[in-house]
Amino acid sequence: MPGSARGAGGPAATAWGLPLAVLLATLAAGFAFGLWATAWWALLAIGFVCVVLLAQELESRLALRWRGPFQRGLALGFPLSLLLIWELLAGAGILNPRWFPPPSQIAVALWELTVTFDRFNRSSLLGRPWLLPQVVSEQGWAGAQALVRESHVWATLSRVLGGFLIGAFPGVLIGMVMGLNRTVRMMLDATMSAIYVLPKIAIFPILMLVFPNPFGEGPKIAVVAISAFFLVAISTMAGVQGIDKVYLEAGRNFGASRWQMFRHVILPGALPIVFSGLRLALGTALIVIVAVEFVRADRGVGFLIYYYWQVLVTPRMYAALVVVMALGVGLTALLQWVERRVMPWRRN
Amino acid sequence: MSAKIVARSAEKRFQTRAGWMTALRDFDLEVAEGEFLCLVGPSGCGKSTFLRILAGLDHATGGEVRINPGPDPRQPLANVVFQEYAVFPWKTVLHNVAFGLEMRGVGRKEREATAQRWIDKVALTRFVDYYPAQLSGGMKQRVSIARALANDPQVLLMDEPLGALDAQTRAVLQEELLQLWEESRKTVLYVTHSIDEAVFLGDRVVVMTAHPGTVKTVIDVELPRPRDLSVMATPEFAALTGAVWDALRDEVRRAMAEQA
Repeated sequence: MPGSARGAGGPAATAWGLPLAVLLATLAAGFAFGLWATAWWALLAIGFVCVVLLAQELESRLALRWRGPFQRGLALGFPLSLLLIWELLAGAGILNPRWFPPPSQIAVALWELTVTFDRFNRSSLLGRPWLLPQVVSEQGWAGAQALVRESHVWATLSRVLGGFLIGAFPGVLIGMVMGLNRTVRMMLDATMSAIYVLPKIAIFPILMLVFPNPFGEGPKIAVVAISAFFLVAISTMAGVQGIDKVYLEAGRNFGASRWQMFRHVILPGALPIVFSGLRLALGTALIVIVAVEFVRADRGVGFLIYYYWQVLVTPRMYAALVVVMALGVGLTALLQWVERRVMPWRRN
Repeated sequence: MSAKIVARSAEKRFQTRAGWMTALRDFDLEVAEGEFLCLVGPSGCGKSTFLRILAGLDHATGGEVRINPGPDPRQPLANVVFQEYAVFPWKTVLHNVAFGLEMRGVGRKEREATAQRWIDKVALTRFVDYYPAQLSGGMKQRVSIARALANDPQVLLMDEPLGALDAQTRAVLQEELLQLWEESRKTVLYVTHSIDEAVFLGDRVVVMTAHPGTVKTVIDVELPRPRDLSVMATPEFAALTGAVWDALRDEVRRAMAEQA
C-alpha cells in the first residue's frame, strides 16, 4: 500500500498541518505578490507536492477497505479537478479563453460537431447515424454509403485500421523470416534500420506521386502502412531472436519438426514482443494520419483540427483533439483485448 | 545386463574467443540398462556437455558417444529434464506434459489421457489447466519431469534438475523422483552438484576431473532400495558421501584456482 507505512501513529497535527499551511501560504503569496505571471511553474510544483502529501496522509487514516475506492477516486478525481481549475481560470480570465476555452465550451462544441452537418464541405463528425434508417429506406445502400463518406471519424478510422492491417501482417511475416534466417537478416537489417529512423511522413510526397490519384485514399493509407510495417518488422525480429535458447532446445529434444518448432515454440515465444511492436505501430499510425490530414485531406479528424484552427473556432479544435484522444484510447483497448485473447497465459 | 549408454574416448572441443577449449577428453563411460547413474564434478567440468551430446543438442568432436537403441524404433532415445525447467510458459500444464507425444503425432485423445496420467502421478491434478507462471518452482519442475516421462524415452537425462529449488522442496522431489523411477526402472543419467543427492539417488556415482573433463573415480552405492530420506542418517551414507568428497575435493580446488 503506497504511503500507508508513513505517518502511522505520528503526531497528527504536524502531518496534516505542514503541507496544508505551505499550500495555503503558496497560494496566498502567489496572489498577494503577483507571482503567478512569472513563477507559475514554481507555485504549481509546490502546490502539487502539498496535494500529494495531503492525499497520502488522508489515505493512511482510512480503514483498509476504503483504500481501494480512495485510490480509484484519486485516479478519476485528480484529472476532474484539473478540468475544474481550468474552467475557473478561463472563466476568471486568467487563462485566455480564446486559446484555452473552458472545458464546458469544449463539451458544447463537441456536441455541436456531433449533431450538425457542415453544408460547406458536406461533412459531419460521425456521419449522422440517426439518419441511417430513413436514408436506407429512401435511397437504399447508396444512401448509407453517402452517410459513411461524410464522416470525419470514419475517414480517420478507416485509414488508420486499413493502413495498420496492411502494414502489420507483412511486417510480422518479414520480421519472423529475419529473426529465423541469418542470411535474410544480414541482407535486410541495415536497410530496414535506416528506413526505420526516417519519419514516414517525409515520404508522403513520393507516395502522392506513385498513386494515380494523389489526393485519394491510396497515399494516406500507404503512409500509415509503411510506418506500421517497419516498426512491426523490427520488433518481431527482436522477439524471435530474444526467445530463450532453452525453449528451442526443449523443442529439439522432443523431436519438433521445423513447422512444429515454429508453431509451438517460436511463434508463441515471440508474441509478447510482437504485440509491443503492434502497440507502438498503432500509436504511430494515429500520429501519422493526423499529420497527413493536416496537409492533404477534406475529411478526417486531423483535417478538423487544422480547419478550426485556421478559422479560429478554438472550442471545436479542442473538441476534435478530444476525438483523437478517444480514438487512441479505443484502438489501444481493442488491441489489448486481442492481446488477451491471443496470449491467455499472460492474463494475470 | 547390456550397456545402454556408451562413451569411448569421447572428446569435445569448443572454439572460443580465447582459442580452443577442451570440455571433454578421453571420456570413457558405460551405463547399464536400467541403471541410475549420477555424474558429479566441479563447475565447468563438462558434465552438462556430455548430457547435451546424449540429448542430441551437441556433437562430440572425437571418439564415440551413443545410446544403444531398444527393440521399438518408435520409442524416443532420450529426453531431458532441464535445470531451468524449460516448461513452455505459453502452454498449460496439460499441453506441456503432452508436448513430446504431440510432436510424435500421437492423437489428441490418447496423448491427453497419457499426460493426465502423469500429471496425476506428480500430484498436479488440480493444476492441469494452469499456466507455468501460476506455479511455484517445485511444481514447474514436476511438470518438466512429467513431460519427459510421458514421452516414455529409453533414457532419461537430468541436468541439475533440482539445483534451483530450496532445500526442503528439493528433498521432497528427490523422494518423489525415486518413487517414479522404481515403477519404470528406466536408465537415468543424472548430473548434479550435490554429493548428498548423487549418493541418495544413484546406483553409481561418477566423479569427474576439472577440465578437460574425464572420469576420475566411480563409486558404487550399495544402499538398499527402495530408499527414502532416512537413509541419509545412516553411517553407510556418510561413508559414501565422504568417499565422493575425497575424490572431488582436489578437483574443485583446481577448478577454483584456474578460474581465479
